[in-house]
Amino acid sequence: MATPDDSEVLKAPYALQYTYTRSTGPVLGHFFAGLMAGRVLGARTATGRVLVPPAEYDPDTGEAVEALIEVGTAGTVTTWTWVDAPAESAPLSRAFGWALIRLDGADTAMLHAVDAGSPERMATGMRVRARFAAEPRGAITDIVCFDPVEAS
Amino acid sequence: MVDVAIVAFAQRPSVRNAVGDEVELVQPVIQQALEDAGLRASELGFVCSGSCDYLIGRPFSFVTALDAVGAWPPLCESHVEMDGAFAFYEAWVRLQHGDVDTALVYAFGRSSLGSLPIILSQQLDPYTVAPLFPDAISLAALQARALLDGGRATERDFAEVACRSRRAAEGNPNAQLRQSADVEALLGAACLRPPLRVHDCPPISDGACAMVLATGERARAIASARGRAPAWVAGVDHRIDPQDLGSRDLTRAPSAKLAAERAGAHRAPLDLAELHAPFSPQELILREAMGLGPQVAINPSGGALAANPMMVAGLTRVGEAALRIHDGRAGRALAHATSGPCLQQNLVCVLEAR
Amino acid sequence: MSIPPTPAGPALEFDPPLSPVMRIDCPVRLDYTIAAGREQSRFLRAMSRGHLLGRRCPECRKVYLPPRGTCPRCGVMTAEDVEVQPRGTITTWCVTNVPYEGQVLELPYVTASVLLDGADLPFYFLIQGLPADQIRMGMRVEAEWADTLGPTLDSIRCFRPSGEPDADPASYAEHV
Repeated sequence: MATPDDSEVLKAPYALQYTYTRSTGPVLGHFFAGLMAGRVLGARTATGRVLVPPAEYDPDTGEAVEALIEVGTAGTVTTWTWVDAPAESAPLSRAFGWALIRLDGADTAMLHAVDAGSPERMATGMRVRARFAAEPRGAITDIVCFDPVEAS
Repeated sequence: MVDVAIVAFAQRPSVRNAVGDEVELVQPVIQQALEDAGLRASELGFVCSGSCDYLIGRPFSFVTALDAVGAWPPLCESHVEMDGAFAFYEAWVRLQHGDVDTALVYAFGRSSLGSLPIILSQQLDPYTVAPLFPDAISLAALQARALLDGGRATERDFAEVACRSRRAAEGNPNAQLRQSADVEALLGAACLRPPLRVHDCPPISDGACAMVLATGERARAIASARGRAPAWVAGVDHRIDPQDLGSRDLTRAPSAKLAAERAGAHRAPLDLAELHAPFSPQELILREAMGLGPQVAINPSGGALAANPMMVAGLTRVGEAALRIHDGRAGRALAHATSGPCLQQNLVCVLEAR
Repeated sequence: MSIPPTPAGPALEFDPPLSPVMRIDCPVRLDYTIAAGREQSRFLRAMSRGHLLGRRCPECRKVYLPPRGTCPRCGVMTAEDVEVQPRGTITTWCVTNVPYEGQVLELPYVTASVLLDGADLPFYFLIQGLPADQIRMGMRVEAEWADTLGPTLDSIRCFRPSGEPDADPASYAEHV
C-alpha cells in the first residue's frame, strides 16, 4: 500500500507569480514621472540632504521632506560587485555589476545595475550614467542600467 | 522586571534538502525541548514561533506548523514572520506580564526549496529596489567591498573568519559545514560575487529549533531537576537601521551597537558571543559595533557560516549561548540575531548564570 | 479622533510640470521545487494505486487524512497506517454560483466536506451527480476515481451520491 522507501519525498516545480499594483503617493509618484521623462528627482530634507531615491520622510529625523529637486543622471559608484551568470530576474541578461551609485547632487546612493562588460572595468569611484528605457512605464526599471562614463 | 531564563533548547542538524515538511521538521525539536523541560504543550503559558512563508512559497505555513505543537485545546499563541530570535523577544515580553511562567519558542525554515538569494530580494523596498531583484549575496558583497575600500578589513580577514567558524563547527554535530581549508587555500579560490568567495557565504540550510523559557522559581525548579544552570536573560533589545541601503554606512552597524548597549552587554565581562553573521565580513562589523575584544570567544558553535537555516539561525545563536550557560562552559554570554539586508536589524541578548 | 488629511507632498519646481505616476505594477515571479512531507508523499503515492492512506495518532487514536505528520491535538507524530474507505458522509457544503477568474467547472457546482469512513478529519471534495439544490448534510457519497491514477489529488475526479440512506447526525456531529 505505502511505498517501502518512505524517505523519498515527492517533488514538483512551482512558480509563485503575481503582480502587486502599488499606490505611490506624491513623492514616489513624481519620482517615477521624472524617470518616464528621463530625469531623476531627489527629496531635499530640512537639513539640506538630498535623498535619491526620494523618501517621504527624513530617515534621520522623521520629518517630512521639504522639496523635490532634480539631480544629475550621472554619478559615482560608491561600492560594487559583479554577477557572472545573471538570474532570469536580473535587470540585464549578460554579466553585469551591481553598484550603489551616488548621483550628482545627491547625498545618498541608489542601487542599480552597471553594464560594464567585465569586472575589470568596475571600480569604486568610477563615473556612470543612467541609460533610460525607450518605452518607459513608470518604474525603477525605466532606468535600464547605468553605463560607464569613460574619463575624457 | 520578571526574571526569565532559558531552561531547555533543542535543535536538529541543518542540512540542504531536508526530508519532511514543516511539521515533520519542527515536531521532533518541540517534543525534545518540552520533554527536556518536563512540560506538556497544554501547560505552556505562551507559544511563539518565527518563520517565513516566502521561503517555501506557501501562505500561512506557520498555521500548518502549529500541528506540531498540539494546539487543542487552543493555545495562547503568536507568530513573527521573522527569525525565531524575535519570537524569543516576544515571549520574553509576554513573560514580563507575570501571569504566566512558561513559554515555548520555536523556529523552522526550509531555505532549499526556492532560490533563496532571489527570494530574499522581496524583503527590500518594493518601489525602488525589489523590482530589480538584487540577490542577497550581491548585497552582502557591496557591504564587503565598502569594508575593504574603507581600509577596515582585508580579504584575508574575511577568510580567517570563515576558516575559524567552520573549524569551530567540527565540534557541533548540528552544523552543516564542519571543516575548512586553511586561509591560504581559501584565498586562492575565485570570487562568487567579488570580493566575496564561496567560503565567505553561508550554506543553504533547512532546519528547526525550539526553546523553553520559564520565570523565577519555575525556571530554578526546572533547571535544578536537570542539573543545569538556568540561562538568565540579563538584557535583551533590538534596533533597526534605515531600510535604504544607499543612505547607510554599510561598514557600520549602529543598530547592533545600540542594542548591545541597551541589553547591558558591557556591564560585565563576556565569556563568549554567538553572532548571527551569515557572511564573513559581517562578523567583523558586528564585533566592532559591539566592542567585542579578543578575550570574547566568537561563535564556538561555528555560527551561521557553518549552518544558516533561515528564520532559525538567529534563535540558534541564543540557544547555543544558553547551552553553554547550562553546563557551566560560560558564565556570561552574548547572543545576536539579524534580519533584513546587510545587518539592517539587530537583536542582542545577554545571558548569564547566577 | 480625526484622521489628519494626507499631506499634499513636498513642493516641486519642475518645468514642464510632471503628472505623478499614482500606481505602479510590480510583477513578481519566484520559482520553487516544492517537496511534500514524508507522510504526504506516502499518501499521494497510495492514491496513485487507488488507495486512501490515513495515519492514526498513537495517543488519541484519531485517524487523519490526508496525513500531515502529526496529530494536531496531541502534538505527537502519527505512527500507524490506516486505509480509509473512498466513501463517506457530507458534514457541510458550499454551492458556487458566481463566476471567477480561473474557473473551470460549470456553474453552479458543489464542494463539500466529506468525513470518509474510517477517518476523523473531513476533507474537501467536488460533488457531482446531483442538482445543486439537493445537496444536504448527512448525505452519503462515494469516490469516482479518475481514468488515470497518479500521485495527485486529481486521482479522485469527484464524489457522487452512493444511494445509501443519510447518516445519523450523531455519527458526524463532532466533525461539523
